Amino acid sequence: MAASGKSALLRHKDLQRAWCNPPGWGRLAAVNHSIIGRRFILTALAFFAIGGLLAMLLRAQLATSRSAFVGPEIYNQFFTMHGTVMMFLFAIPLFEGLAMYLLPKMLGSRDMAFPRLSAYGYWCYVLGGSILVVALAIGYAPDSGWFMYTPLSSKPYTPGINSDVWLIGITFVEISAISAAVEIAVSILRIRTGGMSLQRLPIFAWYMLVTAFMILVGFPPLILGSILLEVERAFGWPFFDPTRGGDPLLWQHLFWMFGHPEVYIIFLPAAGAISTILPVLSRQRLIGYSWLVASIIALGFISFGLWVHHMFTTGLPHLSLAFFSAASLLVVIPTSVQIFSWLATLVMGRPQLKLPMLYILGFFFVFVMGGLTGVMVGVVPFDWQAHDTHFVVAHLHYVLVGGFVFPMLAAAYYWLPRFTGRQAQHRLGLVAFWLIFLGFHGTFFLMHLTGLRGMPRRIFTYPVEMNWDVLNLISSMGSFVMAAGFALFVVDIILQLRFAPRSCRNPWQADTLEWTVPGPVPLYNFAALPHIRSRYPLKAQSGLALKLATGDGYLPEVRHGWMETLSVDMVSGRPDQIVLLPKPTYLPFFAALATAVFFLGALFKIYGLALAGLATAMTLFLVWAWHSGLQRDYGALPAGLGLSLPLHAETERPPAWWAMAFTLVADGTMFASLLFGGIFLLVVTPGEVQPAIASGAAMWLDIVIIGLLAGAVFAMRRTVRAVATPAPRQRLIGIAFVQQLLAAALLVYLIRAAPDAKAHAVHALSTAMLWYLALHVMVALVMTGFTIARGRCGYISATRSAEPRILLLWYTYVALAGLIGLALLRLISPVAP
Amino acid sequence: MLPLLGTGCDGPLSSLDPASPQASAVADLWWIMLVGSGLVFLLVMTLLTLAFTSARRYLRRPHAIYILGGGLVFPATVLSVLLAYALFTGERLLADPARPAALRVQAMAAQWQWTFRYASGIEMSDRLVLPAGQPVDIAISSQDVIHSFWIPRLGGKIDALPGRIHVMRIISEQVGTYAGACAEFCGLNHAGMYFTVEVVPLAEFETVLRQAMDETRSN
Ligand code: HEM
Ligand SMILES: [Cu+2]
Ligand SMILES: [Cu+2]
Repeated sequence: MAASGKSALLRHKDLQRAWCNPPGWGRLAAVNHSIIGRRFILTALAFFAIGGLLAMLLRAQLATSRSAFVGPEIYNQFFTMHGTVMMFLFAIPLFEGLAMYLLPKMLGSRDMAFPRLSAYGYWCYVLGGSILVVALAIGYAPDSGWFMYTPLSSKPYTPGINSDVWLIGITFVEISAISAAVEIAVSILRIRTGGMSLQRLPIFAWYMLVTAFMILVGFPPLILGSILLEVERAFGWPFFDPTRGGDPLLWQHLFWMFGHPEVYIIFLPAAGAISTILPVLSRQRLIGYSWLVASIIALGFISFGLWVHHMFTTGLPHLSLAFFSAASLLVVIPTSVQIFSWLATLVMGRPQLKLPMLYILGFFFVFVMGGLTGVMVGVVPFDWQAHDTHFVVAHLHYVLVGGFVFPMLAAAYYWLPRFTGRQAQHRLGLVAFWLIFLGFHGTFFLMHLTGLRGMPRRIFTYPVEMNWDVLNLISSMGSFVMAAGFALFVVDIILQLRFAPRSCRNPWQADTLEWTVPGPVPLYNFAALPHIRSRYPLKAQSGLALKLATGDGYLPEVRHGWMETLSVDMVSGRPDQIVLLPKPTYLPFFAALATAVFFLGALFKIYGLALAGLATAMTLFLVWAWHSGLQRDYGALPAGLGLSLPLHAETERPPAWWAMAFTLVADGTMFASLLFGGIFLLVVTPGEVQPAIASGAAMWLDIVIIGLLAGAVFAMRRTVRAVATPAPRQRLIGIAFVQQLLAAALLVYLIRAAPDAKAHAVHALSTAMLWYLALHVMVALVMTGFTIARGRCGYISATRSAEPRILLLWYTYVALAGLIGLALLRLISPVAP
Repeated sequence: MLPLLGTGCDGPLSSLDPASPQASAVADLWWIMLVGSGLVFLLVMTLLTLAFTSARRYLRRPHAIYILGGGLVFPATVLSVLLAYALFTGERLLADPARPAALRVQAMAAQWQWTFRYASGIEMSDRLVLPAGQPVDIAISSQDVIHSFWIPRLGGKIDALPGRIHVMRIISEQVGTYAGACAEFCGLNHAGMYFTVEVVPLAEFETVLRQAMDETRSN
């Protein structure tokens, strides 16, 4: 046995010493998933309070037709900020926090794959969110609605800073969504414990995996759109300006390519919580595990084919209306599969009406209604009436509150004993439930009728002749009941944190690994990592918690003060690496501060400052990367249970390689969105003359650039092959560097030779494409320089070959993007003089 | 109960108080979908409630009945029928561009008013006069930001986009006065961007139009 006779307490002390986190200011250096996850959750709840307060103010204003409590200037900021805060600063970060906190404990690991990235994402979220909240406090908040339609949000119609606050603040926050998605995907696929094959993955992890990929593909169109709109506002490049060949509909497409999947991105983690909680409280294993996995993957795909249903009134061709209407109804099917699996689980089991279950029933009631009104608005002729009325406001709240808030409340009560180590108590929670549930229906049920009786959304007042007074008054009263319910929920949680008695380790008799973690939760989660032999390890492997405490599992010993966890083969769950996790560090915090300087510089148009911020952030990232890796080989090390494994730095594909691959998925989607924009302007935008936008340069320049990029790929492939012999390796990297340098110079020349981007949207788009390529080549240069330095300092060897391999991924991507991007430019501008 | 909520379904902007064949078709669609959804909702809620009683014994059926039957076959059937009906209704509502209506009115939106221009050169703000019983094509566009043209009692809405013209065909059968609104958020005075529509007998159309024009001028 691996337990080398050491007592559980000594083992705990050793681990504690290796994993400890400095107190005081040192908290800013925390990178541990339990700490960061908790911070995400608490911050998201604070934003929920802000969004909720705004909702109360909206409802107070709408209560009667004579309310004169705010004017349209303020009302417009309020509803824009309410929607923005709820979607970007509450919902997404809340489930990210929950995932960070829970996933490692469910997957039997000691942390997420990239703890420093979690911390960086958290600080970006807090700082970006603060930009928006400060703007609200001083009266400069965005006021064009949460989907920021152009031209209303563009310079001529919103000359102030309001739109810039949205574009820049939200893009900043989105860094945290993308980084969390990369991290969640890599952690679920690679950072699990031994024996946990894909078939044994807890269902929550499947949901989060699909969610993570949806974020990687769903967010880039909005990030791109925001950058383009900000460039339009700041420098006059007319992407969306119809007077100069741009198209406001292009913005709508980019927004909803993000916006629709976003709704499912919010729903899936909540559904994952239900699929976890409902079977436990029904004392019945989840029925239809494989069907659920198939249906959420299907949901992930289908949800990217629906965005146009938000644009049914924009005068699109009949055929596309029919297609997107059909697709919108199709997405009901994977959702029904889930609903009926849950029903089957309830019916086959012996469900207990505990408080989390009550919230799940609330979810069923509210969400099913929201789904049904969703089918209605997916039907085109009906949507022509309902669109942009309070019917839609009611529908979206049934879906979001039903599909996210109720499940999250269930999750809160279910996992609270896990967070606090205290027993669950349910008296106040019951009252809170009824206040929230009844208040919710009071607010939103009759609002469907208000909408059908013609009340448009986003109006700050309405004429008394419209007969909407009574309905609105009921809604406003309902919302105050609901607010009281949420307040009571908060009080209840605080009371439980302070006064509830200690709980036993697994109060719900659950069957997932997080309930083997002792409470209060140690930063390292498990004294030893379990070997899993079933999807329901707590049921199948009795006495597991005790075994782990005594070191009977993987990685039971601390060596060199390292923080270790396992990495496994993606499919079979066979352990294949020991991952060394980073110690607490201030780097993520300072890197986020530098990033904030960049965004603030852009916001206030002090571009020198912005560049300085960017340069500082880049430097900090390089320092951060420098601290990873090893300068010597350790070979295979004992990993417990008789297994010996290499350290991750001594493998070809450590987690960082996968992180790069998934980052490129997001980057590629952004590139595809840019291509979409070019083709859209060419094909769909009305306007007879497509200006000849000769780049001013001859075709052979394109060919030379592509040749150089391809040559660099070739040199890098040979570098990877020659990795064992330092001299040829360093020479080959040098060659690649020179090739990238020349390509960068030529791209910059093309940018300078390009026609004036302000003159026409197509010019603007071509120049944006050239910048995209040039920036990617410049990043390649920086990374290549870094790798050369790493090679000099002995970080690269025959076994430690991951860095050139990661670089090769980037090179290949850049070469492909160059080929496609330059070809598109030739398509838009076929002849060069 | 309904009267208490402010006289049931009517109101100047109520889509549930239709006054044209198009608006009626959509209102019918709504009532059908409401009943259908009500039944589906009841079904799910009944299953859910029974699961918490001892009656769940009778509901224990093979898993496939739930997952394939309830999750797949049931929604697929219901939704196909709905989709077919909706597409059919939609096609009936849309103007056939090949056969333009006899009368065409230009509706130009701007922050924050509507300007209606007739072929005869007559132009009015926030006031639209239409002949009863005759199809009219409204050509909708915008001078600045996006607005949306909507007369709920006569039919659905369509966006007014700068740089594009969208045509909506209206057939108003009942003489009377209707209200219209801008449905797309368009800035500060979005809440005040209403207009009125007067549907007059065909024979009186020209005279009423001229009168209306004069009234607008003298204001
Ligand atoms: C807690 C109770 C809530 C109340 C009383 C409430 C109330 C409202 C009201 C009155 C509006 C419409 C304003 C208008 O169109 O004039 C609105 C819009 C909206 N709400 Fe809520 N809301 C609540 C919770 C939420 C939650 C939890 C979410 C999302 C997770 C959310 C997302 C939105 C969005 C996206 C909009 C659209 C904003 C826009 O039109 O730009 N709301 N809400
Ligand atoms: Cu959607
Ligand atoms: Cu408007």
